[in-house]
Amino acid sequence: MSKFTKKKGNELPPISTASLPDIVFMLLFFFMVATVMRETDLLVEQNLPKADQVEKLKKDRSVFIFAGKPSDQYKDKYGDEGRIQIGDKYTEISNIGLALTEARGKLNPELQSSVVVALKVDDDTNTGLVTDIKEKLRELNMVKIIYITTPGNQLDN
Amino acid sequence: MARRSAPEVNAGSMADIAFLLLIFFLVTTTMEKDKGIARQLPPIQEDNIIPPKIKEKNLFIVLVNKNNDIMVNEVPMELRNLRKSAIDFLDNGGASSNSPEYCSYCKGNRKPSSSDNPNKAVISVQNDRLTTYNTYIAVQNELVAAYNFLRNRESQRLYGWDYTEAKKDMGLGRYKGKAKDKINKKLKEIQQMYPLKLSEAQAKKQVAN
Repeated sequence: MSKFTKKKGNELPPISTASLPDIVFMLLFFFMVATVMRETDLLVEQNLPKADQVEKLKKDRSVFIFAGKPSDQYKDKYGDEGRIQIGDKYTEISNIGLALTEARGKLNPELQSSVVVALKVDDDTNTGLVTDIKEKLRELNMVKIIYITTPGNQLDN
Repeated sequence: MARRSAPEVNAGSMADIAFLLLIFFLVTTTMEKDKGIARQLPPIQEDNIIPPKIKEKNLFIVLVNKNNDIMVNEVPMELRNLRKSAIDFLDNGGASSNSPEYCSYCKGNRKPSSSDNPNKAVISVQNDRLTTYNTYIAVQNELVAAYNFLRNRESQRLYGWDYTEAKKDMGLGRYKGKAKDKINKKLKEIQQMYPLKLSEAQAKKQVAN
């Protein structure tokens, strides 16, 4: 009977935390792999409009155009009018061509012919600015565009 | 003298270091997967080309003014009704059954005053320069939704799957080899049944209030 008495009074052994670092490392590697560091500093406000009839953007063949009002810290300098940003700086309508060609040059050469222009435009911008951009894109013969949106539906609010 | 074994490094703080890094990456991560409404702009046209004549009944003119009010074919309309009326317009199939333009798969009202055939039906969006982008996207979204609704209906009827789902899977590369060609062909067929004819005139300076 002594077999059984031995156990008597034994407390639960503490849970080993030796595998904790492994678990944490696993998570760490996941986030390291999944992380995309922001490539561009946003100079304009970006509250994207909502839409639900969307398609995925193919990142490897896209160049970005941002547009909207200058963000708070640039308001004093650049005013309240909607502006265009390509890469890291503000661009005038007339210079879009140059800036886009430069951005396209950074893409994989095989994909440069099927370039998609991703328009990230703040929802408070006037459509006139977007129209100007589109006109310019037609002249440049970059006719594939995608209006980047956030999930949701305009009717819901 | 016997060599003493080196004392073991305490690995207790390993977890802390890993946590620190983990939190850093957690904070910096933006799971960016951009999505949006894709569009193809019309190429620049030469001036001497005369635009093709479109019958008035085949036109669905959406005007958006600077106050973001919507007017369809001269009648004011709420945004929430836009999708429905676009579907009704596209799916009308007004051509009579003995004319070459007869639409056999349309399920609309077949009103002679509305569009003849989805192939003929053109939706034209004209917006003011001062329309907010928000409204512009909302209108585009509703119109694309109308097309997607009809395309899904037809692909469900013919093949038993949703057009939009199949297109999404195609984009993700879920189909391989023969199946890919087959699905692609079917997608094309559906596209031809309801071709996307969304024209965008250049934003007018001022449209009727």
